[in-house]
Amino acid sequence: MKGPLHKMHPVQRLSWVTLVSLLVLAMGVVWDNWGDLLGPPSDQTALSVQATEAHIEKGRYLALAGNCMACHTARGGAPLAGGRLIDTPFGGVYSSNLTPDPDTGLGRWTAQDFWQAMHRGRSKDSRLLAPAFPYNHTSVITRDDSDAIFAWLSSLPAVVQPQSPHTLAWPFGTQPALAVWRSLFFEPSPFQADKAQSAEWNRGAYLVQGLGHCAACHSPRNALGASGPVHDLSGGLMPVANWYAPDLTRDAESGMASTPLPQIVQLLRTGASNTAQTSGPMGEVVQHSLQHLNDADLQAMAVYLKSRAQSTPQTASAPPQTARISLQVATQGAKVYERQCLQCHGEQGEGAKTALGEVAYPALTGNRAVLLQDPTNLVQLVLYGGYGPATQGHPRPFGMPPAVLELDDRDIAAVLTHLRTRWGNQAGEVTPLQVNRIRAAQGS
Amino acid sequence: MCLILKCAQSWFLRLSVVTAFTVLHSMASAQAPVRFADDMAERTRACTACHGEQGRAGPDGYYPRLAGKPAGYLHNQLRNFAEGRRHYDLMARLVDPLTDAYLGEMAQYFSSLQLPYPAPKANNAITPERLTKGQQLVTQGDPARGLPACTQCHGVRLTGVQPHVPGLLGLPLDYLNAQLGAWKTAQRRAHAPDCMAEIVQRMPAQDLIAVSSWLARQPLPADTRPAERPPAGPGLPEALRCGSAPELSAKRSSSHQATSGGRP
Repeated sequence: MKGPLHKMHPVQRLSWVTLVSLLVLAMGVVWDNWGDLLGPPSDQTALSVQATEAHIEKGRYLALAGNCMACHTARGGAPLAGGRLIDTPFGGVYSSNLTPDPDTGLGRWTAQDFWQAMHRGRSKDSRLLAPAFPYNHTSVITRDDSDAIFAWLSSLPAVVQPQSPHTLAWPFGTQPALAVWRSLFFEPSPFQADKAQSAEWNRGAYLVQGLGHCAACHSPRNALGASGPVHDLSGGLMPVANWYAPDLTRDAESGMASTPLPQIVQLLRTGASNTAQTSGPMGEVVQHSLQHLNDADLQAMAVYLKSRAQSTPQTASAPPQTARISLQVATQGAKVYERQCLQCHGEQGEGAKTALGEVAYPALTGNRAVLLQDPTNLVQLVLYGGYGPATQGHPRPFGMPPAVLELDDRDIAAVLTHLRTRWGNQAGEVTPLQVNRIRAAQGS
Repeated sequence: MCLILKCAQSWFLRLSVVTAFTVLHSMASAQAPVRFADDMAERTRACTACHGEQGRAGPDGYYPRLAGKPAGYLHNQLRNFAEGRRHYDLMARLVDPLTDAYLGEMAQYFSSLQLPYPAPKANNAITPERLTKGQQLVTQGDPARGLPACTQCHGVRLTGVQPHVPGLLGLPLDYLNAQLGAWKTAQRRAHAPDCMAEIVQRMPAQDLIAVSSWLARQPLPADTRPAERPPAGPGLPEALRCGSAPELSAKRSSSHQATSGGRP
């Protein structure tokens, strides 16, 4: 009964066992990522849908809901021809050409190939795709919706734009590394409807978890860059971009539980309401995606988001430590506020409204964005200023001057501390180091 | 009689109410100085923080004047930042969220502001011969190298031409050099075909400096507004078509032969 293993030296035996285990593990990973290719095609319900005009139009709309163009269009480039650099903590990823050019785009793809990419995150040649493409979310969508998007993409003018090679640090871009990563963090997961909820709620959930890929930003990412499950909306710091996407289930951060539905819809559609304004990456989402969606879908998303916030226990946050702010910081903060902020945001941080009652400059008192524990967004706004999105429903926004050239890290930290601790606001102090980290990461 | 009295009484009453209201209103206004006006000046605070009040130019020469420049030119520059033909992160961040229509409105706003220009103050070391060379290139070009005079497109008075061509006077030497240099290295581009890129490529660096040095020394003419149409003469040759100002290549009919280049 004694096998060859027993004749070996213990160390030798251990290495054999390790080797075999690794081999088995590797085979498991391979099976996990490509196994379906061996069996009979399980999801080849190839719908021989004629690319009717209605089908193409549906695809165009769904692509807007997915904000595909945001990543798959380079600055000044042809729409959806790819070539945009997406910075990740692991290096750069260049988006691919989705136009129907046969050599550099999807010209030779079938609807089935496209479904493989959307549902399994795998290219036509079975190559595993980098998860900068949020295929954990696109795997949620239905085959019919995938086919419609493909039909629309195929109707676009073909643009020749070869794929630029990614600049990911070794080994992150390699197929073995991607295979392991996917075995750990990815599983194709079609949408699971909740029968107890309304059709509207489920439509909202489908959009938020699928094409909307909200959790790509609104959930925390782990050290290997994986975001939470597609329904995790507990907020997260966006790497590289350095914006904090607030917890959508916590009313104190996003107001989703307490804000009336029409105002949530208005915020999603126009980028601004009387209780909130979008900026940074969320402004881009409104600009390129949400403002183009129909009222029923926006309403559905709002219903879902609101219900998620309402069904989450709202634990009171720990009362902020009464920060002992030095006299010097307090004086400096007040001085900078008076010089740079007061004219628009008012003596008491009350903001300003137009004659029609629209918010021109948001109030700073009781402002959720001001009070967020993580001051990242505030630092971004003060450093680079800028405008919220100009949308059909809010076409002429007021803007904020950038202070990056005028104020140093101490000035900005002091003024942010000032407005986080005045007029009844009770949030923590902002340090020059926090400001510096963001300034340095943005390269100016 | 009674009726008349009653009328007068009623009018007096009304008048006093109106007066009281006006007085109260003005008192209220005086107490709370208007700090917010729903207008374009308010909407362009993000611009004027660097480009100076009313877009009169920043103090350091790198934030050019916006006031009074042709609206089409300003609008094209905003599009150039949005579409990656000009590169400055801060500008790109500002224009990215805005619509083309809103950018156009901002361009119109700054274009409509007429402000006095500062006196020229360039004093870089350059020989009189090089300055003369600069003047020659600006006013006559160099036919041997196929270089048109600056005035052919930028107007006889060099104050620009509506709607797309900017003036060249009243700009700091640093700014002029930075722009010509950026064209030379393709850091600054215009809509294709890019006539300025083509022209700058045909000029050696020392000629560019001669031109910028002469321009930065010229005072503004009495009428600083851009001309309404390009000066008389043949349009630009085919090799120098301007994507950002297509009208420059059009044949100019005799009715357009206004000598000053400006409409009265």
